[in-house]
Amino acid sequence: MISRTSHRSTRFERNLATREAPWVKWTLLTLSLSFFALFLILPLVSVFFEALRKGWEVYLLSITEETALAAIKLTVLIAFISVPLNLVFGVAAAWLIAKHDFRGKQLLTTFIDLPFSVSPVIVGLMYMLVFGANGWFGAWLVEHDLKVIFAVPGIVLATIFVTFPFVARELIPLMQAQGRDEEEAAVVLGANGWQTFWYVTLPNVKWGLLYGVILSNARAMGEFGAVSVVSGKIRGQTNTMPLHVEILYNEYNFAAAFAVASLLALLALVTLVIKTWVEHRASSHFNATHMVPADVNTLSPRVMP
Amino acid sequence: MAFALTPNTLFGRQRTGTFRKTYSVLPGFNLSLGYTLGYLTLIVLIPIAAVFLKTSELSFAEFWKVVTAPRVLASYKLSFGASMIAAAINAVFGLMLAWVLVRYSFPGKRIVDALVDLPFALPTAVAGIALTALYARNGWIGQYVEGVLGIKIAFAPAGVLVALVFIGLPFVVRTVQPILEDLETELEEAAASLGARRWQTFRYVLLPILLPALLTGFALAFARAVGEYGSVIFIAGNIPLVSEITPLIIITKLEQYDYVGATAVALVMLLFSFVLLLVINALQAWSSRSIGGSR
Repeated sequence: MISRTSHRSTRFERNLATREAPWVKWTLLTLSLSFFALFLILPLVSVFFEALRKGWEVYLLSITEETALAAIKLTVLIAFISVPLNLVFGVAAAWLIAKHDFRGKQLLTTFIDLPFSVSPVIVGLMYMLVFGANGWFGAWLVEHDLKVIFAVPGIVLATIFVTFPFVARELIPLMQAQGRDEEEAAVVLGANGWQTFWYVTLPNVKWGLLYGVILSNARAMGEFGAVSVVSGKIRGQTNTMPLHVEILYNEYNFAAAFAVASLLALLALVTLVIKTWVEHRASSHFNATHMVPADVNTLSPRVMP
Repeated sequence: MAFALTPNTLFGRQRTGTFRKTYSVLPGFNLSLGYTLGYLTLIVLIPIAAVFLKTSELSFAEFWKVVTAPRVLASYKLSFGASMIAAAINAVFGLMLAWVLVRYSFPGKRIVDALVDLPFALPTAVAGIALTALYARNGWIGQYVEGVLGIKIAFAPAGVLVALVFIGLPFVVRTVQPILEDLETELEEAAASLGARRWQTFRYVLLPILLPALLTGFALAFARAVGEYGSVIFIAGNIPLVSEITPLIIITKLEQYDYVGATAVALVMLLFSFVLLLVINALQAWSSRSIGGSR
């Protein structure tokens, strides 16, 4: 979220009625920022510290070693497949829910949120039950010499599940807040559906869309629980970066584990930087086009489990 | 929310929420409905149905025996207990952090604001090994807490708590923060002019308004913590009956090829999550109502 004032005192601090005594303010600042430093900053710093503990040479060797490279490639591949699929779904679902009225809309929205409340481990288990050797399609898959579980397709499916709602969740409130007037005008003026979407809706929601894509990409690359159940953890074949970190760590190869982990931590930091930038762009875009007071609520990060 | 008065939402509101199908000039209804339902069924609904069907292979007595075995019961106690405490800690510090971010200015505020989302972006396995390194006996924090004070955190139930606090923090901050930002200062001005002290204003004016959002944040953090796996298993030590969380029970059963047992425990957790999801939906509805009412 972008604060509208940075170093000047906020409007609350200048108003007598909304101002606390200095000692209250400093106590709150000290307590909350210490908590923040202890629980968020220290773990982040320690990842990079541990990664470089044995020097740059070990670090570079750990991330360019063959199985590490294979893990990086696989992780990028998984995100490359699952994020676009969920993007298309998110746009379709948002178009349906925000631009149309129909019976059961509330139920559908709840179903779209469902993957957020399922434990990653259970996600892995569910795909085992459907596609595993003893699962529903197990015999059929063996017959046709197809492998889903302990292979890349299983990892992709599990990743799609855990990142399922991100784009939809981001777009639905945004498209609802923007209403239907502009699209209706476009249709009345003779635009077809795709033109309306492409030239009217998409420019209005592009920042929200980008935001959803970034978040689902971060989650797709970092997913651990669901993927660890279905992957089989075959080195060089079905080992994603988070799983590679686990294996190295359990082998007491801490420097290498933290070196690979630091790449994931960098990914997280880049995600946060882009996210902050997108929010900034989104709020200025929205203010410029809609001439309503800045409202962080519509464009603020919604809570993403 | 704040858009309630723009013509767009007013128009939209009049039309939505009814059960009759209203005519929309916008195309793509059938295509997007078909695609959404198809994809949802394939990815989400069929796999979830598999859990219910697999469990039905057990009789109720067998099911009950699996889900109430001592080791499983101990894991519920740890998973739900630690999640509850972690969510409570997050509610307190998350509210404080949201307050500080909205109300005060301090150097580095934007960075703090951006980094609050770190637990969403950082892969859980990375968080897990980092926290373990910090709280182990030779770690930066562990050497004082365990070495000097003698309190064991890593490889003990307290470690589970630490990991769950880490992953739950943004939920509370990000649900409370927008509400705090939207709050009109008139309320506090009225309270102050009527002679309320600052604490009384907070307790009797602000807290009731923030409560639904705070509870929503608490419930979201709790729901996430119950199912969390990646960040916990490294730091927990995973000692049966002591520091073994429920998701790990499922993994252990899977590794022993006990699919039915794993599914039975998973079903208990799924049902619990669904109930929690309903509670969260109700809380969010309450939250938006109470904000609307305060205007």
